[in-house]
Amino acid sequence: MSVADTAMISGRGLSKSFDGRAILDGVDLAVTEGEIVTVIGPNGAGKSMLLRILLGLVKPDRGTVMRRPDLRIGYMPQKLVVDPTLPLPVRRFLELGAPANPATITAALDEVGVRHVIDSPIQAVSGGEFQRVLLARALLRNPDLLVLDEPVQGVDVGGQEELFRLIRLIRDSHGCGVLMVSHDLHLVMAATDTVVCLNRHVCCTGRPEIVQGDPAYLALFGATAASAIAVYAHHHDHEHDEAGRVKPAHDHGQAGHDHAHHRHDHAGHRHG
Amino acid sequence: MTMPGIAMDDFVIRAFLGGLGLAAVAGPLGSFIVWRRMAFFGDALAHSALLGVALALLLHLSLVFGVVAICAALALVLTSLQPRVRLAGDTVLGIFSHSALAFGLVALSFLDTVRIDLMGFLFGDILAVTAVDLLWIYGGGALVLATLVALWRPLLAVTVHEELAQVEGLPVERLRLTFVLLLAVVIAAAMKIVGALLITSLLIVPAAAARSFARTPEQMAVLAAALGGLAVASGLWLSVQFDTPSGPSIVVIAAILFAVSVVWRRRVS
Repeated sequence: MSVADTAMISGRGLSKSFDGRAILDGVDLAVTEGEIVTVIGPNGAGKSMLLRILLGLVKPDRGTVMRRPDLRIGYMPQKLVVDPTLPLPVRRFLELGAPANPATITAALDEVGVRHVIDSPIQAVSGGEFQRVLLARALLRNPDLLVLDEPVQGVDVGGQEELFRLIRLIRDSHGCGVLMVSHDLHLVMAATDTVVCLNRHVCCTGRPEIVQGDPAYLALFGATAASAIAVYAHHHDHEHDEAGRVKPAHDHGQAGHDHAHHRHDHAGHRHG
Repeated sequence: MTMPGIAMDDFVIRAFLGGLGLAAVAGPLGSFIVWRRMAFFGDALAHSALLGVALALLLHLSLVFGVVAICAALALVLTSLQPRVRLAGDTVLGIFSHSALAFGLVALSFLDTVRIDLMGFLFGDILAVTAVDLLWIYGGGALVLATLVALWRPLLAVTVHEELAQVEGLPVERLRLTFVLLLAVVIAAAMKIVGALLITSLLIVPAAAARSFARTPEQMAVLAAALGGLAVASGLWLSVQFDTPSGPSIVVIAAILFAVSVVWRRRVS
């Protein structure tokens, strides 16, 4: 229980069901200061629901959520589509989260590397840029905790890796905790301190290297997990030993990812 | 170069004032309706206004009060019902919209002791706007505009993404409720001008036309008010000059403005 004591946010015994179907069953989770916790699991594993319960958007059927008082949260929702009828430049979108002066807004966009879109209509920015704009909006709240629901969705593989690196960087510079959800297996492993493997209940949890060897993890993701480890290791070889040849590493990674992703979907169907 | 004989008449001036006052509120509020995809919701409320008229006549209350009360009640029922009922939103709204209209018409038919201008309630009778109507339009309009200005940023945030706004600490439920109550007030004020069946068009058509020219939400809201005013003024002129029904004439002009805006947008891009 020492973890729960030092946690910024924690949930204990969280359960939720819809129409008699269990979505979450007795889930425990805690994020301590400055920690990156990533929830992974197949489609329908209840990852987003877990986040929504922790954020207070959904009431759990059973279990409790504890939050440090005055916890400031920066949230990045999974799906945000701004209606095309709403003329909204990026600058104005960012102002909606918290009152901010122009200099702060520029600085936030600078930090996530998309300062050039500041005057673009929000509907006109690309998938990767949009995720970064969302991240900037979360940062403008000066958060103690970032809650990111599928932060790299709609981003190509090269961009995904960069985005995960940016999230780590932000954690290091802001000292905020990060709780994120991902259905990606291998890229996320390099970006996180703790992995929570979720399939309605917590299958296993711990440091990424430990979890990847856990029988429950292997049972949940099967062949995907094996290939994910391969790709993950592969990535490291290239990044550390052949820094000069970044491009081939990328190509390998991309091929491996597509492969893994494909099988991952299969695993999801089997379990869901 | 004035329109001989009619321009100076009091009822025409009152009609202009009433129409312009309504357009000024309908622009910003209608923009929100377009952004929030609530056109059908607005229609359902507007149709229920007729039931409000019937109730007001039955209970000897002020018509405006009856309409606001019924619209507000229906708005509350709909907003609390929608998340609970697992029906498509447009189906629920369609049921309410047309049932409310039917109930209203049936209820009015029982009131055969009162002479009722049914066409006026359905399609508006802007030339019959009284000084008291003007008071309602400008009083209610000022209240709605002031509230919109005060809640502008939170309302926009909720419009963009409700859950994000909630995590960021906004009272989402209360904002949504406030918005539908504002809508109820505007519908009551608009009854006399364009009638229950055409109210939504005065809300959404100028706003949709303004979209083509706007780069920010505020530009769209102000431009929608201006285009709505233009539609009211030109429609009224059309109505007086050619003896066409006033409410539909206003909507016809608004529709033409929308068509022009679409063509203009295409030619620019």
